[in-house]
Amino acid sequence: MNPARKRTARLIVALSAAVVLASALIYTSFSAASPALSPSQLVRQAQPGRSYQLTGTVVPGSVHRSGAVLDFSVQDRVGGTSIPVAYTGTVPDPFREGREVIVTVQRQSGLYVGERNSLITKCPSKFKTAPPGEKQNY
Amino acid sequence: MAGLGRACLLIALAVCAYGIWASLYGVRRARPEFSASGRRCVYALAGVLTVAFAVLEVAFLSNDFAFNTVADTSSRTTPTFYRAAAVWSSQEGSLLLWAWLLSLWSSLALFLTRKRMRDVASYATAVLLGLAGFFISLMIFYATPFATTRPRPMEGAGLDPLLRFPTMMIHPPMLYSGYTLCTIPLAFGVGALLARRVDADWIKVVRRFAFAAWLFLGLGILLGARWSYAELGWGGYWGWDAVENASLMPWLTGTAFLHSLMIQEKRGMLKVWNVSLVLATGTLAIMGTFLVRSGVLNSIHAFGGATLGVPFVTLIGVLIGGSIYLVVSRRDVLRSEHRIDSLLSRESIFIANNLVLVALCFVIFWGTYFPLISEALNGREASVGPPWFDRYTVPLALVLVLLSGIGPVIAWRRATLANARRNFSVPLGVALLTLVALLAAGVTQKPFAIAMFCCAGFVLGSIGQEFVRGAAARRAMAGEPAPVALLSLVRRNRRRYGGYIVHLGMAVLFVGVAASSSFQHANELGLSPGQSTRVGSYTVRYLRPTATITPKYDRAHTGSTLSLGAILDVSRHGRHVATLQPSEGFYASPGGQGSVSSLIGGQPVSHISMDAGITRDVWSAIAPNIEAPSLQRIVMAGNSKLGPEEGIVAIALLAREYLRHPPQAQFHLIVSPLVMWIWIGGLIVLGGGLIAVWPSPSAVRRRVAVRVRSRAERDLVRA
Amino acid sequence: MSVLVAVLIVVLVAAVVIVVSAPLRASRVRARVSRHDDLEAERDAKYREIRDAELDYRTGKLSREDYEAIDGELRAEAIQILDRIEAEER
Repeated sequence: MNPARKRTARLIVALSAAVVLASALIYTSFSAASPALSPSQLVRQAQPGRSYQLTGTVVPGSVHRSGAVLDFSVQDRVGGTSIPVAYTGTVPDPFREGREVIVTVQRQSGLYVGERNSLITKCPSKFKTAPPGEKQNY
Repeated sequence: MAGLGRACLLIALAVCAYGIWASLYGVRRARPEFSASGRRCVYALAGVLTVAFAVLEVAFLSNDFAFNTVADTSSRTTPTFYRAAAVWSSQEGSLLLWAWLLSLWSSLALFLTRKRMRDVASYATAVLLGLAGFFISLMIFYATPFATTRPRPMEGAGLDPLLRFPTMMIHPPMLYSGYTLCTIPLAFGVGALLARRVDADWIKVVRRFAFAAWLFLGLGILLGARWSYAELGWGGYWGWDAVENASLMPWLTGTAFLHSLMIQEKRGMLKVWNVSLVLATGTLAIMGTFLVRSGVLNSIHAFGGATLGVPFVTLIGVLIGGSIYLVVSRRDVLRSEHRIDSLLSRESIFIANNLVLVALCFVIFWGTYFPLISEALNGREASVGPPWFDRYTVPLALVLVLLSGIGPVIAWRRATLANARRNFSVPLGVALLTLVALLAAGVTQKPFAIAMFCCAGFVLGSIGQEFVRGAAARRAMAGEPAPVALLSLVRRNRRRYGGYIVHLGMAVLFVGVAASSSFQHANELGLSPGQSTRVGSYTVRYLRPTATITPKYDRAHTGSTLSLGAILDVSRHGRHVATLQPSEGFYASPGGQGSVSSLIGGQPVSHISMDAGITRDVWSAIAPNIEAPSLQRIVMAGNSKLGPEEGIVAIALLAREYLRHPPQAQFHLIVSPLVMWIWIGGLIVLGGGLIAVWPSPSAVRRRVAVRVRSRAERDLVRA
Repeated sequence: MSVLVAVLIVVLVAAVVIVVSAPLRASRVRARVSRHDDLEAERDAKYREIRDAELDYRTGKLSREDYEAIDGELRAEAIQILDRIEAEER
């Protein structure tokens, strides 16, 4: 085979390998992904045994700890449906009532169980001006 | 003074506009005085933005709360160091920092190239001023750092305590330096394409800036990982978070570029690949900035309102579209001069390395932007987690490390097969030895970690062999004693041996990563004083609680009103190893309801305690139960009975109650092997990089030049 | 806006204008877009390649025949670049 043909052959092999690997990657990403849902969406769509990323705000007054389990409720950002979650694992420092959180949950026999160490609290909005209650202008 | 700041931004925008016009006019009409004027615009921009930045810094240091951004992120009680660094903790302030750093680096780059590549430099000036103008426009029209409120407030909201760590304060400027430095090769790449000159001089100039970007970005990433591990309460150093990935992607393409640039230098090929890489690196850096600013992806770091999203997407669209157009329309300039001589050559290994790095970048890109992609494709936002990332990046990382061990053994241009086969015996031997040692030590699980250790052994053998043989060759040629030979070997071949040191550092780093992720022992549980638990081969005992009050006694000097913690005794096989003192700080919240809550109702921050060692780190974090009824009783009583300035009395009672009757606290304990080698490896990488890029003494070059010329002529005469 | 701030702004604008317009006011700037820098960079790169090849040979990666072949090629390429530099200088 002359050099030019060899080079073209090599190029085709390399490109095919890249396409195959990329396809495998893309395919698995769709099946491995957990959809991000708000509480109102989750209530409607949750299937037992599948993981979902629940995003919303922590309902004030709903946070209780019993031993290793942290119970709290998550509601839509705009208010409305709220879902109780039982979570075990690391609780990030910024976690508190009224903060936006993301937690991976699974529906198990009617309860929503948070996946271990999956709780993320959005860094408090340093870039938004503090709500009027938190600032004091004399 | 805010007026001065606002004026600076307007002047800066005008300077950018004029500078773009002058540079383009100068290069297209061959009027060098206009090109020079355009270059000076960059210097002037740096000066003006320095004034603007100084105005903001002074406002922070002097507690001028008329400035909205000062009132939002600082307060009288914030320590001076953090006040100075709070400038860039806000959206507006960080935009100013970005623009300022861009102007400084651009000034330096254009100053260094003022006598050469005038046509390319003129176009590059226009690109850099365009980018600067974009950020300045954002500040003028969307998020100004110089907005004021009158009458002037008396106190500010205070710096988020999560940021009150020294490394966290250095992290943004370091990372922004990396991002802004990535735009300089981009500008010179665009300039080269516009001027139709992608040649040896361009390589020499761009390489230096690309290396500086690589260095700073790498340092920023390392610092971020270190901060995440040593300061935050989750005990990890990398979470495949969107913003972490955003900084890693341009670093990967930048690394690929530094390698493939050498091939273009030697063989005049891969020009299209190289300009694409350099344009991609700059674009990824801007995308990274966008990710952090816009909150478009769910992430711990998702700050910033949606207002900045549209301008950024437009800029990125322009960059991508423009890059593709330029590369396609200039493809005649980018034709290869030669081809690869042989598959068995270091050039081939470099190409393989490039492919792996780009594949890694693609995987990370796909995973990071997947929520947007899936939303666009099927209307539902979904995201992939760390397991998905690990599945693809771990094998790729293995191949990368392996390649870095194969490369040193293969010669440039075309290697002799027999020699190559012989030279593999030592590296393979070390890898095999590593495998046997691991199996003999009882490490039989975690195949990927074992594979990484063996690959690292392979790299160690390969690079060690290179140093030994190189020193021997030096001794044969110049008769120097061994240590001197080693030094002069590195001095005279900085690029090669500096590069070897970088690869060695990477192997060490990956050993640390593999060991600490695969062989970690962790425990999360509640403990009361006197109780103990086992973590791996270590026993951790909760000795007694701690409670400290007021900033004066706060060890971490972060301004917390009350710190509750524990003293832990760590022992192994009965022998005392370390004493740890994790704590949680409770901060003031200026608008808190009640005198006590205003003192401790702010966001709590975990202060971890760690015993770092060469072979392992013992890491601990505590979440004391401040919600316990006995403590909450005191808080509520204090809120209702005490006046605004008397809350500190209740704090003292709280502390006393906690010390006397400590409720069970939640502990997170981790023993991670070889974590320190991640930081050591990272430093080796950076040190090796510096060696590689340090200019060789010119005397050496002149001597070589004379010898080469005379020998070359003699050969030619003979032939 | 206080008088001090106004004065500072005027000073700043003046400084910027002076810096930026200096080349326009100066005598004609001579500029040769020559290929000299580029050729020198190519030459330095070629010298480095020659030294690298020698180091490859001495550290046992190349046989003697392969080394001499590569070395000859590289030196010939170096001569070409040196010739082009000389032509440019004339």
